[in-house]
Amino acid sequence: MKYILTLIIASLGGVLARLYMLRRDYRQYPSYPQGWAIHLFLGFIGGSIGAIIVPALLEGDYSAVSFLLLAASQFREVRNVERQTLSAMESTEMVKRGTAYIEGIARVFEARNYLAIWVALSVAITSELLVSIGWWRVGVGLVVGGITALILMRLMQGDQICDISTVELADFKFDGALVLIGEVVMMNVGLPESRKVYQERGLAAVIRPKGPDAKATLANLGQMQAIAHDVSSMIGVYMDVGEQEFIPMVRRDPSIGSLHVLMVPSEKDEEAFLAAIRRVPVLEGAVRKPLTSVAGKMVD
Amino acid sequence: MDKQVLAVCAVDKAKVGGGAPIFYASDQEELSELAMLISRVFGAAVHDLHNGVMIIVKH
Repeated sequence: MKYILTLIIASLGGVLARLYMLRRDYRQYPSYPQGWAIHLFLGFIGGSIGAIIVPALLEGDYSAVSFLLLAASQFREVRNVERQTLSAMESTEMVKRGTAYIEGIARVFEARNYLAIWVALSVAITSELLVSIGWWRVGVGLVVGGITALILMRLMQGDQICDISTVELADFKFDGALVLIGEVVMMNVGLPESRKVYQERGLAAVIRPKGPDAKATLANLGQMQAIAHDVSSMIGVYMDVGEQEFIPMVRRDPSIGSLHVLMVPSEKDEEAFLAAIRRVPVLEGAVRKPLTSVAGKMVD
Repeated sequence: MDKQVLAVCAVDKAKVGGGAPIFYASDQEELSELAMLISRVFGAAVHDLHNGVMIIVKH
């Protein structure tokens, strides 16, 4: 029983870290409350694993440590479950997330459980190092856990579109049935009524990459779909089921590598539209760094 | 192939033919009305080929 305090505060630290990482934002994912319950419990399991490793090591019970590390590998399953859930829900989305975005979300959820383990481990180590100060180690341990969680979260934070590019409003025009932003053909809108809706309520923007790396990242199809999905989930989209001509469009200008976004939002608010695009996360799976290669530097 | 031409609407009979269902209209106005009605049935998009022919495409 001499490790009970360490076990409790380290597990608690892991759960609290997981809770801190469960942010409810516009995506509403994980859903509340069932999704939260699932992830908090997984966080508790992760926290317990992190907490028990330290006493097991101190007691020299290396087989227990091996088993705990084996248990940690079960979190790989979290990624599969998230992927399956999101893929199953994809058909209910007006604007699809796309496989790249789903993969990104699934990866984040797996990684966050490992963060809970790291936090619990840091609290447990602190607590055992400071056995001599008695109950004070509860406070010190939780502070150390908090700092660890903050550092890990900061390191895990990915870029947003505004970090790798500049986003500006753009004008669009019709050439017959074709909608154009600059010289880029966005789509063919056949119905005159739909063209009228675009002219009255449509908004367009251009996303200019800040460099060759950003250009390569924005060229990813998954990233383009993620922009369309996230912007529609943030500011709403003016469409009914089956009105395919109002699906938000993201197209690429091959000459300079910029992305052009055209959509009909539910409210025509230009600032909100730009803010939404800027806030879209850059998908981990879309990031490319051609400048780190010799050939990439040669063409720059 | 995830895109499919579900129907073709045309004013000029000489300009269309082939496998997809073809609907004829007497003028441009009827053509867009026809295309709109069919597209709403299928939940598909209408594309104008600029020659008096419209196609309904499922994306």
